Amino acid sequence: MSAQAERRAAWRASLAVGLAVSAYGISFGALAVASGLDIWQACVLSLVMFSGGSQFALIGVLASGGVAAGPAAIVGATLLGLRNGLYAIRVSPIIGPGWPKRLLAGHLTIDESTAVATAQPTLEGQRVGFWATGAIIYVGWNLMTLLGAVLGNLLGDVRQFGLDAAAGAAFLGLVWPRLIALQPVVVAVGAAVVAAVLLPALPQGVPVLVAALVAVAVGVPNQFGTRPRSGDPISGEARL
Amino acid sequence: MTLWQIILLASILVLGIKLLGYVVPPRVLQAPTAARTAELTTVALLSALIVVQTIGVGQGVVIDARLPALGVAAGLFALRVPFIVVIVAAAATAAAIRAMGWN
Repeated sequence: MSAQAERRAAWRASLAVGLAVSAYGISFGALAVASGLDIWQACVLSLVMFSGGSQFALIGVLASGGVAAGPAAIVGATLLGLRNGLYAIRVSPIIGPGWPKRLLAGHLTIDESTAVATAQPTLEGQRVGFWATGAIIYVGWNLMTLLGAVLGNLLGDVRQFGLDAAAGAAFLGLVWPRLIALQPVVVAVGAAVVAAVLLPALPQGVPVLVAALVAVAVGVPNQFGTRPRSGDPISGEARL
Repeated sequence: MTLWQIILLASILVLGIKLLGYVVPPRVLQAPTAARTAELTTVALLSALIVVQTIGVGQGVVIDARLPALGVAAGLFALRVPFIVVIVAAAATAAAIRAMGWN
Protein backbone atom coordinates (compact mmCIF):
# COMPACT_ATOMS: atom_id res chain seq x y z
CA MET A 1 0.00 0.00 0.00
CA SER A 2 1.34 3.47 -0.85
CA ALA A 3 1.90 6.03 1.90
CA GLN A 4 -1.00 8.01 0.50
CA ALA A 5 -3.36 5.01 0.72
CA GLU A 6 -2.22 4.25 4.26
CA ARG A 7 -2.94 7.80 5.36
CA ARG A 8 -6.39 7.56 3.79
CA ALA A 9 -7.08 4.23 5.55
CA ALA A 10 -6.06 5.75 8.90
CA TRP A 11 -8.33 8.74 8.29
CA ARG A 12 -11.27 6.46 7.46
CA ALA A 13 -10.80 4.45 10.67
CA SER A 14 -10.50 7.68 12.69
CA LEU A 15 -13.70 9.12 11.26
CA ALA A 16 -15.74 5.94 11.80
CA VAL A 17 -14.59 5.53 15.41
CA GLY A 18 -14.57 9.25 16.19
CA LEU A 19 -18.10 10.01 15.06
CA ALA A 20 -19.58 6.92 16.79
CA VAL A 21 -17.91 7.72 20.10
CA SER A 22 -18.67 11.44 19.98
CA ALA A 23 -22.38 10.68 19.69
CA TYR A 24 -22.58 9.24 23.17
CA GLY A 25 -21.12 12.38 24.70
CA ILE A 26 -24.77 13.43 24.65
CA SER A 27 -25.63 10.72 27.20
CA PHE A 28 -22.75 11.89 29.41
CA GLY A 29 -23.97 15.49 29.35
CA ALA A 30 -27.55 14.51 30.17
CA LEU A 31 -26.50 12.12 32.97
CA ALA A 32 -24.10 14.69 34.43
CA VAL A 33 -26.83 17.28 35.01
CA ALA A 34 -29.12 14.49 36.27
CA SER A 35 -26.40 13.75 38.86
CA GLY A 36 -26.51 17.28 40.21
CA LEU A 37 -23.81 19.00 38.13
CA ASP A 38 -24.52 22.24 36.30
CA ILE A 39 -23.87 22.63 32.58
CA TRP A 40 -20.41 24.21 33.10
CA GLN A 41 -19.28 21.48 35.47
CA ALA A 42 -20.30 18.84 32.92
CA CYS A 43 -18.35 20.71 30.22
CA VAL A 44 -15.22 21.13 32.36
CA LEU A 45 -15.14 17.37 32.93
CA SER A 46 -15.22 16.70 29.19
CA LEU A 47 -12.69 19.46 28.45
CA VAL A 48 -10.10 18.64 31.14
CA MET A 49 -10.66 15.05 32.31
CA PHE A 50 -11.59 13.83 28.79
CA SER A 51 -11.87 10.11 29.56
CA GLY A 52 -15.33 8.56 29.24
CA GLY A 53 -15.02 5.82 31.85
CA SER A 54 -13.63 8.15 34.51
CA GLN A 55 -16.23 10.82 33.75
CA PHE A 56 -19.16 8.39 34.02
CA ALA A 57 -17.67 6.94 37.24
CA LEU A 58 -17.32 10.35 38.86
CA ILE A 59 -20.90 11.43 38.17
CA GLY A 60 -22.21 7.94 39.02
CA VAL A 61 -20.80 8.05 42.54
CA LEU A 62 -21.83 11.71 43.00
CA ALA A 63 -25.36 10.85 41.84
CA SER A 64 -25.88 8.32 44.62
CA GLY A 65 -23.69 9.79 47.36
CA GLY A 66 -23.63 13.52 46.69
CA VAL A 67 -20.71 15.76 47.65
CA ALA A 68 -20.12 13.64 50.78
CA ALA A 69 -18.98 10.82 48.48
CA GLY A 70 -16.47 13.20 46.80
CA PRO A 71 -13.27 11.41 47.93
CA ALA A 72 -14.59 8.00 46.78
CA ALA A 73 -15.70 9.56 43.47
CA ILE A 74 -12.24 11.05 42.91
CA VAL A 75 -10.44 7.78 43.73
CA GLY A 76 -12.79 5.79 41.46
CA ALA A 77 -12.31 8.16 38.52
CA THR A 78 -8.53 8.14 39.02
CA LEU A 79 -8.32 4.33 39.17
CA LEU A 80 -10.32 4.11 35.95
CA GLY A 81 -7.86 6.57 34.39
CA LEU A 82 -4.84 4.35 35.16
CA ARG A 83 -5.11 2.53 31.84
CA ASN A 84 -4.61 5.85 30.01
CA GLY A 85 -1.13 5.96 31.55
CA LEU A 86 -0.38 2.57 30.00
CA TYR A 87 -1.73 3.77 26.64
CA ALA A 88 0.55 6.81 26.88
CA ILE A 89 3.61 4.59 27.35
CA ARG A 90 2.48 2.59 24.34
CA VAL A 91 1.88 5.53 21.94
CA SER A 92 4.80 7.64 23.18
CA PRO A 93 7.19 6.37 20.43
CA ILE A 94 4.50 7.05 17.79
CA ILE A 95 4.24 10.69 18.87
CA GLY A 96 7.98 11.31 18.80
CA PRO A 97 10.01 14.08 20.53
CA GLY A 98 9.00 17.68 21.30
CA TRP A 99 7.27 18.67 24.54
CA PRO A 100 4.41 20.83 23.24
CA LYS A 101 3.39 17.99 20.93
CA ARG A 102 3.70 15.38 23.70
CA LEU A 103 1.63 17.48 26.13
CA LEU A 104 -1.16 17.79 23.57
CA ALA A 105 -0.91 14.07 22.76
CA GLY A 106 -1.18 13.31 26.48
CA HIS A 107 -4.50 15.08 26.67
CA LEU A 108 -5.82 13.09 23.69
CA THR A 109 -4.59 9.70 24.96
CA ILE A 110 -7.74 7.60 25.46
CA ASP A 111 -9.03 4.11 24.56
CA GLU A 112 -10.03 5.03 21.02
CA SER A 113 -7.07 7.14 19.83
CA THR A 114 -4.71 4.43 21.11
CA ALA A 115 -6.74 1.63 19.54
CA VAL A 116 -6.92 3.26 16.09
CA ALA A 117 -3.24 4.29 16.16
CA THR A 118 -1.92 0.87 17.13
CA ALA A 119 -4.14 -0.84 14.54
CA GLN A 120 -2.35 0.94 11.64
CA PRO A 121 0.50 -0.94 9.92
CA THR A 122 2.99 1.93 9.42
CA LEU A 123 4.34 4.72 11.61
CA GLU A 124 2.86 7.33 9.30
CA GLY A 125 -0.57 5.69 9.50
CA GLN A 126 -0.25 5.37 13.27
CA ARG A 127 0.44 9.10 13.60
CA VAL A 128 -2.54 10.03 11.43
CA GLY A 129 -4.75 7.55 13.32
CA PHE A 130 -3.80 8.90 16.74
CA TRP A 131 -4.13 12.61 15.99
CA ALA A 132 -7.23 12.35 13.79
CA THR A 133 -9.14 10.08 16.19
CA GLY A 134 -8.11 12.14 19.23
CA ALA A 135 -9.03 15.47 17.62
CA ILE A 136 -12.37 14.31 16.19
CA ILE A 137 -13.46 12.81 19.51
CA TYR A 138 -12.23 15.82 21.52
CA VAL A 139 -14.29 18.24 19.47
CA GLY A 140 -17.29 15.92 19.08
CA TRP A 141 -17.36 14.71 22.69
CA ASN A 142 -17.29 18.26 24.04
CA LEU A 143 -19.98 19.58 21.68
CA MET A 144 -22.22 16.59 22.47
CA THR A 145 -21.62 16.98 26.22
CA LEU A 146 -22.82 20.57 26.02
CA LEU A 147 -25.87 19.55 23.98
CA GLY A 148 -26.68 16.68 26.36
CA ALA A 149 -26.32 18.90 29.43
CA VAL A 150 -28.65 21.54 27.96
CA LEU A 151 -31.22 18.89 26.99
CA GLY A 152 -30.89 17.16 30.39
CA ASN A 153 -31.61 20.47 32.11
CA LEU A 154 -34.76 20.92 30.04
CA LEU A 155 -36.02 17.40 30.87
CA GLY A 156 -36.39 18.07 34.60
CA ASP A 157 -37.43 14.85 36.39
CA VAL A 158 -34.89 12.39 35.02
CA ARG A 159 -36.42 9.27 36.57
CA GLN A 160 -39.55 9.77 34.53
CA PHE A 161 -37.43 9.49 31.38
CA GLY A 162 -35.44 6.51 32.68
CA LEU A 163 -32.16 8.44 32.65
CA ASP A 164 -31.09 6.82 35.93
CA ALA A 165 -31.32 3.42 34.20
CA ALA A 166 -29.23 4.73 31.29
CA ALA A 167 -26.20 5.07 33.60
CA GLY A 168 -25.99 1.32 34.27
CA ALA A 169 -26.39 0.66 30.55
CA ALA A 170 -23.54 3.11 29.80
CA PHE A 171 -21.18 1.27 32.14
CA LEU A 172 -22.25 -2.04 30.61
CA GLY A 173 -21.38 -0.67 27.16
CA LEU A 174 -17.93 0.36 28.38
CA VAL A 175 -17.14 -3.03 29.95
CA TRP A 176 -18.73 -5.21 27.24
CA PRO A 177 -15.87 -5.14 24.64
CA ARG A 178 -13.39 -6.02 27.40
CA LEU A 179 -15.08 -9.33 28.24
CA ILE A 180 -13.18 -11.22 25.57
CA ALA A 181 -11.62 -13.95 27.74
CA LEU A 182 -12.40 -15.97 30.87
CA GLN A 183 -10.19 -13.84 33.12
CA PRO A 184 -12.01 -10.50 32.64
CA VAL A 185 -15.38 -12.27 32.89
CA VAL A 186 -14.39 -13.81 36.24
CA VAL A 187 -13.24 -10.39 37.49
CA ALA A 188 -16.45 -8.71 36.27
CA VAL A 189 -18.71 -11.23 38.02
CA GLY A 190 -16.58 -11.23 41.18
CA ALA A 191 -16.55 -7.43 41.39
CA ALA A 192 -20.32 -7.26 40.82
CA VAL A 193 -20.97 -9.73 43.66
CA VAL A 194 -18.61 -7.89 46.04
CA ALA A 195 -20.25 -4.55 45.22
CA ALA A 196 -23.79 -5.94 45.72
CA VAL A 197 -22.92 -7.53 49.08
CA LEU A 198 -21.14 -4.44 50.41
CA LEU A 199 -23.66 -1.90 49.08
CA PRO A 200 -25.85 -1.83 52.23
CA ALA A 201 -22.86 -2.06 54.59
CA LEU A 202 -20.39 0.63 53.52
CA PRO A 203 -20.60 4.40 52.82
CA GLN A 204 -21.49 5.40 49.25
CA GLY A 205 -18.71 5.02 46.70
CA VAL A 206 -16.63 2.70 48.92
CA PRO A 207 -18.10 -0.65 47.70
CA VAL A 208 -16.89 0.18 44.16
CA LEU A 209 -13.35 0.77 45.40
CA VAL A 210 -13.31 -2.47 47.45
CA ALA A 211 -14.60 -4.37 44.40
CA ALA A 212 -11.51 -3.15 42.48
CA LEU A 213 -9.43 -5.40 44.76
CA VAL A 214 -10.91 -8.38 42.90
CA ALA A 215 -8.79 -7.26 39.92
CA VAL A 216 -5.65 -7.28 42.06
CA ALA A 217 -6.49 -10.70 43.56
CA VAL A 218 -6.98 -12.22 40.10
CA GLY A 219 -4.49 -10.15 38.09
CA VAL A 220 -1.30 -10.31 40.18
CA PRO A 221 -1.13 -14.14 40.43
CA ASN A 222 -2.67 -14.32 36.92
CA GLN A 223 -5.58 -16.56 38.00
CA PHE A 224 -7.78 -17.77 35.13
CA GLY A 225 -5.29 -16.33 32.61
CA THR A 226 -4.77 -18.37 29.47
CA ARG A 227 -1.18 -17.41 28.68
CA PRO A 228 1.37 -14.74 29.64
CA ARG A 229 0.50 -11.57 27.78
CA SER A 230 3.05 -9.51 25.93
CA GLY A 231 2.31 -6.52 28.11
CA ASP A 232 0.32 -4.82 25.38
CA PRO A 233 -2.59 -3.02 27.10
CA ILE A 234 -4.62 -3.18 23.92
CA SER A 235 -4.78 -6.77 22.83
CA GLY A 236 -7.13 -8.07 20.21
CA GLU A 237 -9.75 -5.92 18.61
CA ALA A 238 -10.08 -2.20 18.97
CA ARG A 239 -12.27 -1.15 21.86
CA LEU A 240 -15.07 1.25 21.25
CA MET B 1 -15.30 19.69 49.58
CA THR B 2 -17.37 21.59 47.06
CA LEU B 3 -18.60 20.06 43.82
CA TRP B 4 -16.21 22.28 41.85
CA GLN B 5 -13.23 21.14 43.95
CA ILE B 6 -14.16 17.48 43.39
CA ILE B 7 -14.47 18.03 39.63
CA LEU B 8 -11.21 19.95 39.28
CA LEU B 9 -9.15 17.64 41.50
CA ALA B 10 -10.41 14.48 39.75
CA SER B 11 -9.86 16.06 36.31
CA ILE B 12 -6.28 17.07 37.14
CA LEU B 13 -5.48 13.58 38.51
CA VAL B 14 -6.87 11.79 35.44
CA LEU B 15 -5.05 14.19 33.08
CA GLY B 16 -1.87 13.83 35.17
CA ILE B 17 -1.85 10.04 34.73
CA LYS B 18 -2.00 10.45 30.95
CA LEU B 19 0.92 12.91 30.95
CA LEU B 20 2.90 10.71 33.35
CA GLY B 21 2.83 7.92 30.77
CA TYR B 22 4.90 10.10 28.41
CA VAL B 23 7.80 10.45 30.86
CA VAL B 24 7.89 6.80 31.96
CA PRO B 25 10.46 4.62 30.12
CA PRO B 26 8.73 2.13 27.76
CA ARG B 27 10.24 -0.89 29.52
CA VAL B 28 7.61 -0.51 32.28
CA LEU B 29 5.25 -2.20 29.84
CA GLN B 30 7.55 -5.20 29.77
CA ALA B 31 6.10 -6.15 33.16
CA PRO B 32 2.93 -7.99 32.11
CA THR B 33 1.58 -8.06 35.67
CA ALA B 34 1.17 -4.27 35.79
CA ALA B 35 -0.55 -4.06 32.40
CA ARG B 36 -2.80 -7.03 33.13
CA THR B 37 -3.83 -5.78 36.57
CA ALA B 38 -4.54 -2.27 35.28
CA GLU B 39 -6.79 -3.67 32.54
CA LEU B 40 -8.60 -5.94 35.03
CA THR B 41 -9.03 -3.00 37.44
CA THR B 42 -10.95 -1.21 34.69
CA VAL B 43 -13.21 -4.24 34.27
CA ALA B 44 -13.79 -4.60 38.04
CA LEU B 45 -14.63 -0.91 38.54
CA LEU B 46 -17.03 -0.76 35.60
CA SER B 47 -18.74 -3.96 36.71
CA ALA B 48 -19.16 -2.72 40.28
CA LEU B 49 -20.49 0.60 38.97
CA ILE B 50 -23.16 -1.27 36.96
CA VAL B 51 -24.38 -2.91 40.18
CA VAL B 52 -24.41 0.34 42.14
CA GLN B 53 -26.22 2.22 39.38
CA THR B 54 -28.79 -0.54 38.87
CA ILE B 55 -29.80 -1.68 42.39
CA GLY B 56 -28.24 0.98 44.65
CA VAL B 57 -30.29 3.67 46.34
CA GLY B 58 -28.25 5.72 48.79
CA GLN B 59 -26.68 3.21 51.18
CA GLY B 60 -29.09 0.40 50.38
CA VAL B 61 -30.49 -1.88 47.71
CA VAL B 62 -33.78 -1.76 45.80
CA ILE B 63 -35.05 -3.70 42.76
CA ASP B 64 -36.95 -1.39 40.40
CA ALA B 65 -37.35 -0.48 36.72
CA ARG B 66 -33.57 -0.07 36.33
CA LEU B 67 -32.98 -3.85 36.47
CA PRO B 68 -35.15 -4.82 33.46
CA ALA B 69 -33.68 -1.82 31.62
CA LEU B 70 -30.19 -3.25 32.18
CA GLY B 71 -31.41 -6.63 30.89
CA VAL B 72 -32.61 -4.97 27.68
CA ALA B 73 -29.25 -3.21 27.34
CA ALA B 74 -27.35 -6.50 27.77
CA GLY B 75 -29.46 -8.16 25.07
CA LEU B 76 -28.88 -5.30 22.65
CA PHE B 77 -25.12 -5.14 23.29
CA ALA B 78 -25.00 -8.90 22.59
CA LEU B 79 -26.66 -8.16 19.23
CA ARG B 80 -23.94 -5.51 18.55
CA VAL B 81 -26.43 -2.65 18.49
CA PRO B 82 -24.61 0.76 18.58
CA PHE B 83 -23.91 2.25 22.02
CA ILE B 84 -26.12 5.34 21.73
CA VAL B 85 -29.13 3.27 20.56
CA VAL B 86 -28.75 0.88 23.49
CA ILE B 87 -28.62 3.76 25.99
CA VAL B 88 -31.82 5.24 24.60
CA ALA B 89 -33.53 1.82 24.60
CA ALA B 90 -32.54 1.20 28.23
CA ALA B 91 -33.87 4.60 29.31
CA ALA B 92 -37.07 4.05 27.33
CA THR B 93 -37.58 0.64 28.99
CA ALA B 94 -37.35 2.13 32.48
CA ALA B 95 -39.53 5.09 31.48
CA ALA B 96 -42.21 2.77 30.03
CA ILE B 97 -42.26 0.54 33.12
CA ARG B 98 -42.66 3.58 35.35
CA ALA B 99 -45.33 5.09 33.11
CA MET B 100 -47.35 1.89 33.58
CA GLY B 101 -47.04 2.35 37.31
CA TRP B 102 -44.92 -0.72 38.09
CA ASN B 103 -42.13 1.48 39.36
